[in-house]
Parts: sequence; structure tokens; C-alpha cells
Amino acid sequence: MSLRSPLGQAKGLGSAKEGLHHWWAQRVTAIALIPLTVWFAFKVAVLSQSDYQTVLECIGSPWSAALIVSLIVAAFYHAALGMQVIFEDYIGHKAVRVGAIMATNLLLFLLGAAAIIAVIRIALGG
Amino acid sequence: MSSNNRPLSPHLDVYRLPLSALLSVVHRGTGAALSIGSIALVYWLMALAGGESAFGTAQAFMGSILGRLMLFGWTFALFFHLSNGIRHLFWDAGYGFEKETVKTSSFIVLAAAGFLTLLVWVVAFTFSSGV
Repeated sequence: MSLRSPLGQAKGLGSAKEGLHHWWAQRVTAIALIPLTVWFAFKVAVLSQSDYQTVLECIGSPWSAALIVSLIVAAFYHAALGMQVIFEDYIGHKAVRVGAIMATNLLLFLLGAAAIIAVIRIALGG
Repeated sequence: MSSNNRPLSPHLDVYRLPLSALLSVVHRGTGAALSIGSIALVYWLMALAGGESAFGTAQAFMGSILGRLMLFGWTFALFFHLSNGIRHLFWDAGYGFEKETVKTSSFIVLAAAGFLTLLVWVVAFTFSSGV
């Protein structure tokens, strides 16, 4: 017995099999961000009044840089997924909704790319 | 068919939101705020990569009254979203749905967010006084 509606059968459109991905990616990035954000927040707090050279060395050390890049990837991905849900919930007009999600994704990608470039430059002492 | 006796959903104008509902709204709000606030992180890293004078400008702004106020809001938003996010992970796993548990965990979330926010600022000020 098929649970699919007659219309669904006629149109032949099944699940896109992507329903879980958004939800799951949101959780995976959330879990990654628990230790990463706590670590980074306290690291920046400790460095808040340090001079330029100290901060540069501390942020640019290989493990720090690797963790910060991981933080950036997880955070901006998490942000993009979250903003998408907010737009989907509150923007009724389809074109506006899709436009807002697309613009946010592109903007967050750009911000993430900029942050990663900055960390790489710091780490490599450019 | 009479529609007079149907149960009504709570009308937001006359319905006092329970704490858990309020925190749910705040979770979204802080999530959106942190997305926008990520610009501050990018700016700080870019300034650090840009050299000593650019970094000095960024540090001076973040150390100003306005900068500190913004950073304080930023850190509270971060730690609230973090604490409440952990609660969401427990809910995702199927735990903590009892009414009393939700009430208790709401207070734990608020306390944890407040504590972590104060702690990170205490750390910042401790290390600033030339230790």
C-alpha cells in the first residue's frame, strides 16, 4: 500500500531526501560551536589589553589559527542555516523570501571568507 | 455547526507568555543578533591582519564606552544562545519536556548565561590591570 496521495503519484514527485540535512547540519555545527566559542571568548578576554605583537602571536599560532578557522566555518554555516529558518517562518512572499535567504547566504559566505583570509594572513605573518 | 464552544488558541495580546516561550523568542533574537554581530569578529580579525595601526584603531573602539556596551550585549547574546542551545540539544535527544523541568531549565539557562557573561568580563578586567 502506498501512503502517497493520488496527486503526488500523478506528479511523480517524491521526497527530495534532503529534509534531514538542514536540521542535522544545524546540530553538528551547534555541538562544534560549544567548545569553540567558549574557548575563543575567553581567549579574546585574556588578550583584551595585550599589545599588538602578543595578540598577533597568540591568534596566529598554528593550533589557534586552526581552531579559529574551524570556529568561523561552523559559526557562519550555523548562522546561514538559522537565518534561513527565520526568513522561511516570517516572510510570506516567496520571491522576497528566496531573495533574503540568498542574499544572507552570500553575505555570510563573504564575511566568513574575509575572516578566514585574515586568520591565514595572521598565521603566515603576511 | 456552532463555532462558539471551540477552544481558542491564546491570543498574544491578552496572554502572558510563559518564561520558556519568552526564552524561545530571545533564542531567535540572539541568533539573529549574533549573525549581524559576526561583523565585529570579522572586523577585529581584519584589523589584526591589517597591521599595528589598524589594530590600534579597533582596540580603541572596542575599549570605548560604546564599544564595551556593544561587546557586553554581544557576549550576553553569545552565552545565552549557547546555554539555551545546549538545552535545545537535550530536547532534540528527547529529554526535559516535563513542565517543571522546562521551568527549572529556563532558570538554569538564564543563570548560566549571566554567570558566563560576568566571568568573561571579570577575566578581561583581571588581565587588563597589568598582571
